[in-house]
Amino acid sequence: MNIIVCIKQVPATNDVKINKDTNTLVRDEAQSVINPFDTYAVEEGVRLKEATGGKITVISMGIPKVADILKECIAVGADDGILLSDRAFAGADTLATSAALAAGINKIGDYDIIICGKQAIDGDTGQVGPELAERLGIPHITCVRKIEEIKEDYIRAQRMTDFGYEVIECSLPAVITVVKEINEPRLPSIKGMMKAKKAVIPVWTADDVGADKDKIGLRGSPTKVIKTFTPEININTEIIDGAPEEQAHKLVEKLLQLQIKVPV
Amino acid sequence: MDYFLTEEQQMIKELAARIADEKVAPVARELDEKEEFPYEIMKILAESDLFGVYIPEEYGGLGGGITEQCLVIEELSRACAGVAVSYAASGLGCTPILLFGTEEQKQKYVPDIAAGKKLAAFALTEANAGSDVSGIQTMAVKDGDYYILNGTKQWITNGGEADVYVVLAVTNRSKGSRGFSAFIVEKDTPGLSFGKKEKKLGIRASATREVIFTDCRIPKENILGKEGMGFIVAMKNFDRTRPGIGAQAVGIAQGALDYAASYAHQRYQFGQPISSFQAIQHMLADMATQTEAARALVYATARMIDAGAKDFSKESSMAKVFASDVAMKVTTDAVQILGGYGYMRDYPVEKMMRDAKITQIYEGTNQIQRNIIALELIKQYASKK
Repeated sequence: MNIIVCIKQVPATNDVKINKDTNTLVRDEAQSVINPFDTYAVEEGVRLKEATGGKITVISMGIPKVADILKECIAVGADDGILLSDRAFAGADTLATSAALAAGINKIGDYDIIICGKQAIDGDTGQVGPELAERLGIPHITCVRKIEEIKEDYIRAQRMTDFGYEVIECSLPAVITVVKEINEPRLPSIKGMMKAKKAVIPVWTADDVGADKDKIGLRGSPTKVIKTFTPEININTEIIDGAPEEQAHKLVEKLLQLQIKVPV
Repeated sequence: MDYFLTEEQQMIKELAARIADEKVAPVARELDEKEEFPYEIMKILAESDLFGVYIPEEYGGLGGGITEQCLVIEELSRACAGVAVSYAASGLGCTPILLFGTEEQKQKYVPDIAAGKKLAAFALTEANAGSDVSGIQTMAVKDGDYYILNGTKQWITNGGEADVYVVLAVTNRSKGSRGFSAFIVEKDTPGLSFGKKEKKLGIRASATREVIFTDCRIPKENILGKEGMGFIVAMKNFDRTRPGIGAQAVGIAQGALDYAASYAHQRYQFGQPISSFQAIQHMLADMATQTEAARALVYATARMIDAGAKDFSKESSMAKVFASDVAMKVTTDAVQILGGYGYMRDYPVEKMMRDAKITQIYEGTNQIQRNIIALELIKQYASKK
């Protein structure tokens, strides 16, 4: 089974800084990591490969440094990594990103399943996976928490919902996006790390993948960011002293004063 | 301190550290409390290729040496010495096969040990034989194509968990130290059973059990080396594995130092962090210096062995004795720095202090190590006359 996993580089959440003048993320200083949801996608790909054989290709669109993160995927069991990197891809929204990825995946060619994380933790949209499926003209299942059965041309998976799960069947090739409940990603192995160190990640430009320049990058993005800002934090904290009973009395008094309805 | 590790050694150290921090540290307290063997962690170590770091590539390993093995043991010990010794004891069981095994024996047993599919163990100690190997009672009597083993080994690390045991037994009592032989015994051999699991002061995640032989028939091709070489097998094995105990001690000491130093920075008394008091500063400075000195000695010894030195009993003993004494002192001081909190099981340093103690005892007590060092010194200076 030929498996393609799409990953995204995101800023490490424990280290995010905002430029106060431009109100944008300071990307230079932020340490970059693989989008956590994508680690489950990679792991599911590796497990599928272990069960059915085949090959895993990990693809990402981003700056040249993303090659390091693609190599981390090789260290945990992926066979190859491909990086889509070009000025023409820059400034992409989800739709333009899906166009770039679709062009890259069409160039890779022969695939049975494409696995993505359910969303990226920076944009939080969860749109790229389904958009990618639309562009490739194949079905998709989002928020997969378990693959129940997979055969050459067919998949049955559990799609997680807020209230439980749905069981969905569709033909392959297909796109699935996965939630963290699906597996526990493994740590790399030394042999994998050595393979990753030696690996060469091909960089494909927009021309290499024959992408339509009107559909990728800023030009291909119908979404325009008008303004981003850091919400003003305006919370006055007051610590109420005293014995627990006394504190409770004071708290109720305050809430009544503020005319906040306390359910009785 | 920068030890100029190779890129591959650095990789091994970082991966072991990651496993220690992410997988071992969160469960160390629970494993200690429940005296539970760390199956899950052994599986992770196997999948990460770490069981094979010191094993030649032709037997499925990564082709490293004692240095690589020490790096893994040290990092794991930072988080839990009980987990680390379960890993290290498999090396103690595998090393004699690598040193004295025939090609067939190596091909048969080592690849599975390198892959972590099987654990190994080394069985020497008995009720009346520890420091004094000549006290061994377990007998191996030849019977046609077999040896028949009878006797009880005690305090065997990985006992019951390991699949492959290297066992020391008497083959000819009248020959003294030349009367012992070493055998490879597989776990499912009829006549092999396991006795009580010991309740220990420290390293409580590790399995320490009696290994009992009752008319246990071993094919004669399972002898390691020749009949009568058992004592040499044991001594050569320990020469190569003692730096690993040193590494374990260094890891325990480092873990205690890390915790105590960060605690001292956060703990306020008399309106300031206790790290601002010279009494604490000097303790931390000594702990750091001693730990680093122990590490330097362990690495230097490991590298000497890996470089192909012929005789390294003395250095190997020095690395073990120095590092383990350091671990005991540093962990005791860490408890002292934490004061009452340090004595409580809610904090990790009391466990480290309990764990440190064993490093002064097993794989040859520190008194025996000093005997070895002194004997080598006497030989060295006597020959100068």
